Amino acid sequence: MTDLPVDPIAIDVGQVLQHTETSLYAQLVTRPTGRAVRMAIETRLHGAGPRSLSLIDFSEVAILDFSCADEVVAKLIQRYLEPDPHEAFFVFRGVHEPHRDQVEYVLERQGLLAVAETSPDTFELLGDRSGEEERAWLDLERLRYVPAPEPGAAAVPDAPEPGWLDALVRRRVAFRSPVSGRVHALSHLVQHLL
Amino acid sequence: MKVVSVPGSLDQQTVDGFFDEVSRLDAERTLFDARHVRWVDPNGMVALLVAGAVAGRGSEERPRLEPPESSDVTGYLARMGFFEQAQEVFEVSRRSGRRPSAGGSDVLLEITRIAANADVHSVVDRVQRGAGEILSSRLGYPPSAVVQFSVILSEVCQNILEHSESEGWVAAQAYNWARRLGRYVVVISVMDMGRGFRGSLGDQHSARYGDRWADATALEAAFLHGLTRFPDSGRGQGIQQMRRQVQRWNGSISVRSGTARIAQVPSWDDSPPMVEQLAPFPGAQIGIVLPAKEG
Repeated sequence: MTDLPVDPIAIDVGQVLQHTETSLYAQLVTRPTGRAVRMAIETRLHGAGPRSLSLIDFSEVAILDFSCADEVVAKLIQRYLEPDPHEAFFVFRGVHEPHRDQVEYVLERQGLLAVAETSPDTFELLGDRSGEEERAWLDLERLRYVPAPEPGAAAVPDAPEPGWLDALVRRRVAFRSPVSGRVHALSHLVQHLL
Repeated sequence: MKVVSVPGSLDQQTVDGFFDEVSRLDAERTLFDARHVRWVDPNGMVALLVAGAVAGRGSEERPRLEPPESSDVTGYLARMGFFEQAQEVFEVSRRSGRRPSAGGSDVLLEITRIAANADVHSVVDRVQRGAGEILSSRLGYPPSAVVQFSVILSEVCQNILEHSESEGWVAAQAYNWARRLGRYVVVISVMDMGRGFRGSLGDQHSARYGDRWADATALEAAFLHGLTRFPDSGRGQGIQQMRRQVQRWNGSISVRSGTARIAQVPSWDDSPPMVEQLAPFPGAQIGIVLPAKEG
């Protein structure tokens, strides 16, 4: 059995927008449009098994307003933080300058955290976070993964404190393998989709 | 028939007095006499439509509009699409000429009725296509500013649909404020005839304010503190974000609702941050001014 019982999927928000009931529209604006797009994404995740990792790609979206950022980023994350048999992880791609402000704001407002590609091949932690969480996440990014602690084994140099790794996993910005106990950086798990 | 004399200069400075006069009208049919209008900006045009819609409520006959005599003013109104919208609100005394093309002018957004989410999409699509050049050439904003500008328009138009539960209009235009500011500005106007901020927030928030609950406190609650009638914590961010972006561009934003007007005032503007005891007028009226970058 693989260490990673998830098969990351890419979801192009621009394409989802074109295939929802609001398909006449080219921009991701207004709350009903955002809600329709979020529900389409949730439908795709519904059949994904007990856990999923999705690359939500905004690259083809020209305009993202705050209402849609709230629906497609904040409410999507929030939905899967609730007790649910489905454990969902997200990486948001194409959160470049035109969208960044909206995404960052809705995350902070809702006390949420997300991994986002903010410029080509650059990932950042966005949202409501402490300095310790930020440092732990940066260390994990650099290491790509941190093995599960084993009795008697030497600690990985510069690895984040286990308590902070737990916090990142709990907030869904790091993935712990149920097989090996390794904690993986999300950005590396979706590299092949970029 | 009652006659309302439309001010010779109808803009942000004079709309409150104009609305005060309209609010005092009774059920009698009204004539809006705009013959002597020499200057009108998006606030004035949208205000005239809103005033006509309010005056026509409960009446079987639409109010009459006597258009401006100045061909410059009627030409500008035609270019902004005023007369198409006015046909739905007024009985217009004289036929206006054919609508000239707005292409090549400083019109960012012709007067657009907001009655459904599709209208918001239409506004954003049109601004996205045409506003970048004006924002860049007239205001010196970077090319990416068109995105934030579109986002502001989207949020402010959604405000009509979500909070007023009514319809309204939006318009935007660039001007050279040579005397007032020595720079170009973009003026955005969004107005509706709905239930206003006090009406929208009342059920959820009035109890905690007790006797202090009024148009001014409702405006402060929404404008300064982001309160909304929705229990969802993701709501109520539209006005906060508009304020933030307008401040980044050193612009001004003001909102009139009912008997009060609240404003975020930059250093170049001498408007008061709050005006109370205006005559009660339905809905909410939002005005935004974005100045060109200095230097």
